[in-house]
Amino acid sequence: MPSLASLKAGETGIVRGFTHNGTSSQRLMQLGVIEGERIEVIRRAPAGDPIEVRILGYSLSLRTSEATTILVDTL
Amino acid sequence: MSDAATQSAPVIITLGNPNTGKSTLFNALTGLHQLVGNFPGVTVEHLRGETEINGQKVVLVDLPGTYSLAAQSPDEMVAIDVLLGRIENVGRPNVVIVVVDANNLRRNLFLASQILELPLQVIIVLNMMDLASSQGTRIDVDELAEALQAPVVPTCAARGEGLDRLRETIALALSSDYTERHVIDRKLRAAAEKIALGIGPSVENFETIDIERALIDQGGYAEQRLLNFDRSLKTDLESARQELGAGRPLAALEARSRYGWINEVINRVEQRSETEKRGTDRIDKYLNHPVLGSLIFVLTMGLVFQSVFAWASPLMEFIDSQSSYLGGLISHLVPSPLLASFLSDGVVAGVGSVVIFLPQILILFAFIILLEDTGYMSRAAFLMDRLMRWCGLSGQSFIPMLSSFACAVPGIMGTRVIPDRRDRIATIMAAPFMTCSARLPVYALLIAAFIPPKTYLGGIINLHGLVLLGFYFLGMVGGVLTAYLLNKTFLRGPTPTFLLEMPPYRVPNIRSMAIKLYGRAKIFLIRAGTVILSVAIVIWFLATFPQSQVPKDIEPGTPVAAQFALENSYLGTASKSVSPFFAPLGWDWKVTAAVIASFPAREVVIAVLGTIYAIDDSDDGSLLERIKESRRPDGTLVFTLPMALGLMIFYALCLQCVATIAVMRRETNTWRWPIFAWVYMSTLGYCGAFLCFQVGTSLLST
Repeated sequence: MPSLASLKAGETGIVRGFTHNGTSSQRLMQLGVIEGERIEVIRRAPAGDPIEVRILGYSLSLRTSEATTILVDTL
Repeated sequence: MSDAATQSAPVIITLGNPNTGKSTLFNALTGLHQLVGNFPGVTVEHLRGETEINGQKVVLVDLPGTYSLAAQSPDEMVAIDVLLGRIENVGRPNVVIVVVDANNLRRNLFLASQILELPLQVIIVLNMMDLASSQGTRIDVDELAEALQAPVVPTCAARGEGLDRLRETIALALSSDYTERHVIDRKLRAAAEKIALGIGPSVENFETIDIERALIDQGGYAEQRLLNFDRSLKTDLESARQELGAGRPLAALEARSRYGWINEVINRVEQRSETEKRGTDRIDKYLNHPVLGSLIFVLTMGLVFQSVFAWASPLMEFIDSQSSYLGGLISHLVPSPLLASFLSDGVVAGVGSVVIFLPQILILFAFIILLEDTGYMSRAAFLMDRLMRWCGLSGQSFIPMLSSFACAVPGIMGTRVIPDRRDRIATIMAAPFMTCSARLPVYALLIAAFIPPKTYLGGIINLHGLVLLGFYFLGMVGGVLTAYLLNKTFLRGPTPTFLLEMPPYRVPNIRSMAIKLYGRAKIFLIRAGTVILSVAIVIWFLATFPQSQVPKDIEPGTPVAAQFALENSYLGTASKSVSPFFAPLGWDWKVTAAVIASFPAREVVIAVLGTIYAIDDSDDGSLLERIKESRRPDGTLVFTLPMALGLMIFYALCLQCVATIAVMRRETNTWRWPIFAWVYMSTLGYCGAFLCFQVGTSLLST
């Protein structure tokens, strides 16, 4: 299953889970990154990292290292 | 506010997600009646203010913005401890106000749902309602109150709307009792209650919520604290986790059940018309654009710096001239020369050296607050994160580091935006290396005296500028390496998660900005000011006593007499006795005395050198000539090129600033870090100057 990090700017995915559980995934889940939610990559920072995504209708930025742990189905 | 008054007054807590306008609401309720306070043992701070509700005085305590009650560190645990009344100087809260952004109800309700399960009177403030309705979001307030089983007050704190109703609601809550509310995960609650029953009395007074958090946040701080109290609880926790989650982590279950419940609530109360792109998206197309955004960012920062120097310099010169004028006036009016010297050289000069920082500190603070309140700060962190990461910092460290090029004090105080404790401390430790404006007079004097005024490329580039640039780089490299090394050693640990909300751009509230600026200026004046002033008086004492009999051939009151007095003071004799230690750096006792005297504040070195070399009015030009000709008893020159460069390296790397030390103490809430920084930076400065002098001298002699 592709990870959020593989999405290009403008692409949307549906969150399917995390590659592993830990503090990082807990924080992401508290912020609304939970199974079944739509997540859209808005843009990437100059060096391609971090990325800005839209989740629950707000903007969140996260590093690619975290984005690779988020599994998504691309739309 | 007196302790007796605060203890009897009801306590109201405000908390909520970051960027909900929580501080604007707090400022609107309390005005200027507020103090910044630390909690014991942690680095987070809180605001404490007062207001009157129905003629009764109440205390408001504002907690740092947070997304959840889950705690990985003692810093994050503070919220629960405050809510449960475990913090002595806060007391058991009577009412909790959860500030919720009406534009982002779903995510905001996550924290609210956690708070609502606590046995406390809760009021939900639905802030920024105006924006929500203008963007087509309709929220049924009564329905929401029914769903949450708590009063909901719609407000627009920035415009002061809804505050009267909030005050009425607070008054009502203060006079009524807590009634039990709905719990989302009943099984979890039952399991936690069962474990709680088996726990004996403890200092922490563990409550059900502690057990719930210990169960959910595996390896987190609540669990650590519980197991420190009783290690045997581990098996209880493990079996409860197994029973509740059946192999799945409870953190995932919590997120799912809370968001599941939230979605039901949202379906009942919210109607959103899918509007076209928000204004923020249009702005971000440019401001967050990889190329254009970076360019705008560089320009913005350039503008900030230009204004700090352009606006602050005239004010600083004015303060400087006023304090010398006042000092002169005092020497003129006060008959006793000793008292006059104490007042003008000790007190007035000391106060002056505090106040002189104010213009640039205020301007920088104003810019930082503006960047924070408009929402641009998050964009800056987004753009800079990759760059800052290779030295172990994050994007949020950038603005504090940049501010430190003017002055480390606002830079260090600006590190509060960094959520991760290790990142924050690494940034605090790196900040004083940045070339602040107080280092510039030293560089200017020594560069003008010892670097030949060569120009290259037809006058576009000159050697003076290049050397100055080199020292800026030296400071940057020193800071970055320090952060890097700390991350590999004392601050070692897993890379913190960088999760940063990009709030919509907002027009800042001027009143709220002014209150924040006032608060920060007050902290600087009280915390740093008192330290600088007392150290200035100590240095004055050391440079004045013991008073020696001036020989007959020296006319009293002349620069030569002042030089004689300084040479025979405690400072002079001490410098002479420790000068062998500084001899490998090429320093004689005069340079040593000037350096020692400038440890409280590096910029005073010029004035001390002036006295030591018996200069009238410490005129730069004549001081420059005098130090160039300064010789040792054997006739060799003191100031050689390697020695002068070494001295500049010393000033580049040393922590000669009591204000910075005081602010470090305040922001880290311990003396450990400022003492470490002082020892570490002094050692670096000494070694740097030593290497430069020794290597340079041997190169020149061959």
